[in-house]
Amino acid sequence: MTTEVVSEAEVKKEPEKADEQPAAPQQDAEQESEQPAAIQDGDTPRTASPQTDRKSKEARGLSRFLPPWLKRQKSQSRTEPSEDHEDKAPMEEQLEAPPPEEVSPQEAERDESHSIGSADTQPAKEEKGEEFPERIGDGKEEEDLLESKAGEKEDEPLKAEAEAEKSSLKPAKKMKTVTCQVTLLDGSLLPCEVEKRAKGIVLFVKVCEHLNLLEKDYFGLCYKDHADQKCWLDPAKEIKRQIRNCPWQFAFSVKFYPPDPSQLTEDITRYLLCLQLRQDIASGRLPCSFVTHSLLGSYTLQAEMGDHDPDACCLDYISEFQFAPSQSKEMEEKVVELYKTHRGMSPAQADAQFLENAKKLSMYGVDLHHAKDSEGVDIMLGVCANGLLIYKDRLRINRFAWPKILKISYKRSNFYIKIRPGEAEQFESSVGFKLPNHRAAKRLWKVCVEHHTFFRLVTPEQPPKARFLTLGSKFRYSGRTQAQTRQASTLIDRPAPHFERCSSKRLSRSLDGVPGLGMDDQAGATSLGRTPGEKNGRDPALELSSDSKSKLRVQGENIYVRHSNLMLEDLDKTQEDVLKHQASISELKRNFMESTPEPQPSQWDKRLTASPATSLRLRAQAAFEEEVPSSSLLSSTVACTTSVPAAEGAIAVGSPPAAAHVAETAEDKQKSDTLEQAEVEIEETVVIKEVRKAPKVEVTVPEVVVTAVTEKEPEKKPGGEAEGRGGEGVTQRGSTSSDSHSESEDEAEYHPQAPSVSVDQIKELPEEEEELEVEAQPLEAEPTAASPCPTTEEQEPALKDEAQNGHPESQSPQGSVEEDEEDEGEPKLNGDASRAETEGFPQVICCSEPPVVKTEMVTISDTFAAQKTEISTLEVPIVHTETKTITYEAAQVDGAGDSEPGMLMTAQTITSESLCTTTTTHITKMLKGGVSETRIEKRIVISGDSDIDHDQALARAIKEAKEQHPDMSVTRVVVHKETEVMEEGKD
Amino acid sequence: MAGLMEDFGNFTHAVVRAIPDSFANEDSRRKKTVEVDLAKAQREHELYIEVLRHQLGLRVLELPADESLPDCAFVEDAAVVCGDTALITRPGSDIRRKETEAVKMVLKEMNLNIVEIDDESATLDGMDVLFTGREFFVGLSERTNQRGAEILADTFKDYAVSVVPVQNGRHLKSFCSMGGPDLIIIGSSEQAQRALKIMKQMSDHRYDKLTVPDDAAANCIYVHLPDKGHTLLHCTPEEFPESAKVFERLKDYLLIPVSNAEKVKVDGALTCCSVLIHKKV
Repeated sequence: MTTEVVSEAEVKKEPEKADEQPAAPQQDAEQESEQPAAIQDGDTPRTASPQTDRKSKEARGLSRFLPPWLKRQKSQSRTEPSEDHEDKAPMEEQLEAPPPEEVSPQEAERDESHSIGSADTQPAKEEKGEEFPERIGDGKEEEDLLESKAGEKEDEPLKAEAEAEKSSLKPAKKMKTVTCQVTLLDGSLLPCEVEKRAKGIVLFVKVCEHLNLLEKDYFGLCYKDHADQKCWLDPAKEIKRQIRNCPWQFAFSVKFYPPDPSQLTEDITRYLLCLQLRQDIASGRLPCSFVTHSLLGSYTLQAEMGDHDPDACCLDYISEFQFAPSQSKEMEEKVVELYKTHRGMSPAQADAQFLENAKKLSMYGVDLHHAKDSEGVDIMLGVCANGLLIYKDRLRINRFAWPKILKISYKRSNFYIKIRPGEAEQFESSVGFKLPNHRAAKRLWKVCVEHHTFFRLVTPEQPPKARFLTLGSKFRYSGRTQAQTRQASTLIDRPAPHFERCSSKRLSRSLDGVPGLGMDDQAGATSLGRTPGEKNGRDPALELSSDSKSKLRVQGENIYVRHSNLMLEDLDKTQEDVLKHQASISELKRNFMESTPEPQPSQWDKRLTASPATSLRLRAQAAFEEEVPSSSLLSSTVACTTSVPAAEGAIAVGSPPAAAHVAETAEDKQKSDTLEQAEVEIEETVVIKEVRKAPKVEVTVPEVVVTAVTEKEPEKKPGGEAEGRGGEGVTQRGSTSSDSHSESEDEAEYHPQAPSVSVDQIKELPEEEEELEVEAQPLEAEPTAASPCPTTEEQEPALKDEAQNGHPESQSPQGSVEEDEEDEGEPKLNGDASRAETEGFPQVICCSEPPVVKTEMVTISDTFAAQKTEISTLEVPIVHTETKTITYEAAQVDGAGDSEPGMLMTAQTITSESLCTTTTTHITKMLKGGVSETRIEKRIVISGDSDIDHDQALARAIKEAKEQHPDMSVTRVVVHKETEVMEEGKD
Repeated sequence: MAGLMEDFGNFTHAVVRAIPDSFANEDSRRKKTVEVDLAKAQREHELYIEVLRHQLGLRVLELPADESLPDCAFVEDAAVVCGDTALITRPGSDIRRKETEAVKMVLKEMNLNIVEIDDESATLDGMDVLFTGREFFVGLSERTNQRGAEILADTFKDYAVSVVPVQNGRHLKSFCSMGGPDLIIIGSSEQAQRALKIMKQMSDHRYDKLTVPDDAAANCIYVHLPDKGHTLLHCTPEEFPESAKVFERLKDYLLIPVSNAEKVKVDGALTCCSVLIHKKV
């Protein structure tokens, strides 16, 4: 914490920053959707700001629906948002108590990305990074609120970029512009004017335009941070905030190496890839054997020099080329020998041959990061299209394909991956690596997220709705996936653009001694002083098409690897298919169970034997995905108690004990409902477990029981008791945030805390948590939809995300555990509620501490694949079940209820169910002292993934209740949420 | 790299070495008190060489036996040849170190790029090296250590080199071998299956597998012949009846059962007895 403070101070000291900071707020105010949150927060620590902001907004939204007395509470809660944040936020943040200051979350991020050279600063940055994750989580919520913003951002594809660009150009006159020096792959230097506040995409688009490159999604711009580390320029963020006070120098390079370059549409794209690979080879980043060096070199010559000229004395000029980090005369001779055999090959063909050979190299497209394993042994982590590779020296000691990875996270300088359990293993395992510093960890994490998104996610198809529900981590891959870019490429319809291949001689030389960083080229290129080539004729129409394609952009918000999607990919299943599967979960389960016993049908086996088991398993997995969503049960019970004074003028209508009973009954019903759900959950859980061995089971079944009793005279205002299963909502929130957190924050650092921020914290700090919850729920509840839960359809997309993200957490490892939780939790809830009524405190907030069920968790971390098999270390995951109940009550009602027993006139219960919502309405008419009181208690159980906005659901429920019974008043709102939290064994 | 997989299984030469009379004597490797019939073993070996020469059409370079090196016939341990490069190993067993000398000489004469291990701490047995055509798997065994594997990785930089632990004094190829492009033949023992699992996890590539009941039967020699196509030298039905049946599932394969009953007693699998080389021109 202290370090952070220091860091900030430092930051302030920095001249550039000072400039930036003031600007940032302005920006926020103006346009940047992201920023607004920060601004609003103002007082709150910047990290927290997004959340706070959101909450406050939500609070407002809810307040509309809530009776005044409830509002008061809210207001209380409002003040607390900071606490909330704090809770969620790691301790560090709290300690930080940073000034509201300039630094918007994003900025902070950027700050992170740029490391400060000094040791002191670094730690601070690291912390920031950690915070950052949180912010991300928050950011997601933020996005929800600021949909438009988010939309912009996400949609931001080329169109937005183009527009931005244009806009930047025109207003540029006013705005300050900066000249960026972009080193191109051929070593030339391209000066680019951009507005000072321009986002990365603007510069990138300019460079691509200059290059006449359409298949640009494989490329990116990188810069060197203070620590001389290569960083990718995030297109979605302002350049200035990313590079900070580093020089505006960038290198255009390949970011995603296409596994099969022959599938690229245009030769120019292949050419650029060749240039990148030549750099990689010359710098030694891409190791080759002698023979391969020679062969690739010969293709290079053919592409750049044309057919071998027997008259020219080859060896002289040949030695000006760099074919290898160090090349011998022998190699050059070999190159020429092979070169001669390529006679007649066109440059494009030579490039293609070059790529065909280069792509087979084992280190092709592998982005290496230095790290240490848990025992401090130096290893390398390689991120590639297929997953994560672990090397010790030059030996591959393990490999984690994307489908095997459940979660990627980083915390401080540690990088973690959660591994899907193998056939024989019961629990997922986590593997941790130590990176040199926090920024390295974050960089690795980002690269992983991007690579996974780019290579594994086929269809980003996220409907806006889904986006709304889905919390997006702040950082995510904002470009197209490979699938999308391929699809888009098929639309490219232009004559092959003319481009000149320049000799790689000088370039190669300039790279000497530079270990593989694209940035390195800059110096050399600069010295060369080459001017950029003229633009090739570009077709405006092309641009348009590319724009349209841009819509396809994926908004990768998965911190968690979306296994479900992955599975879907494998199956080639559409989402609808998945849904169908969902319909028959039990069947799926069965299938799954059947298939489980069989060792994973190895893909290897497929060829020899088409094993039906495989398909079964896949199905099961698909089912799993589906199920996951439902795993998190959101149950909200809205109890509306309407006290109708029999005679006008009846001042106080005491809520009869009967009412309490009714409520209890309702609760019981709820319980039953819950139980049912619980069962469902269990099943799901099982599936989940097997499919994904998710150790972290966060099942939050919060019950929100809002009981508002208002006695009204003339109009007979009904009291509405709304019991929202806020718990789930909360849980979801928690999980959602945790998901997002997990992606960004958790991974960042908070994971342990972040996932179930509210819940966990609540447990730990009951009081604070209480407050938090209260706030959170009201705040969060926004929409007024009759159905507390989002429509199933909506959910599903969300579910996917959740499944990937939240599911692991939400799923309870043991069905029994969940049940226990629920059982315990609900009774408590009921008890609490009744207690609240009985006691009749004015505006009583009762928080019951949820029972905690702990289950063992298994964590295995092995760097070596071999070890894993041999060592079966199971750490038993701990499942925490947290139940929290918050009761809002009108003071008067309580008193009345207690005092006067009254007589039951009628009672009826209506239960309606929708996919994700079970609504139980209990209507009781009591005759009390000549006053008839109608008490309506609604219990809404919302079950769904973490995606569901529980607050929203609650708000809806309350609003609905009000609308349905305008003549009644809400007297009590009880929110009960149950959360099952699996904590990782390690911190 | 060029034409990487197309060349898989294409060989032009084979290096073999005769079985010395000392073969049957107890040597350090033979802890089991297994009676080895020297004459039988030598006869087997001759037949084996005949198959290489006549059925596979390889140019066989036969080295003379060295009585001081009882295991010298198992030339595979002495060198790993891939493409034009030959890595002369440093066998894990002291008494076998000298076996590499003669092998190195003959490979040198073939104009291969010779790479030698001069690191005294490194050990590597060729029997622990499985080359799939796309990558290497190296068994970390009693005879092969990490350093040896690293040197292998340095030697063949184009390929991924993944390590697979192998216990019980066996070699990686004691229970597996390549049965064709992308086809791994694997034994049924727990050890074999575990190794396979690791290999699967380590590889970006999806291999087919052919599981045979007997580990020893999983060591086969695959050759792609220009005229006959896929060809597999495997155990005889007499030795491993159940496993032999499995090979019949390989369609479009020329199956050549080769007796190896005596040599296998001393861990002399089929692949052990030759170094296959693809030498263009």
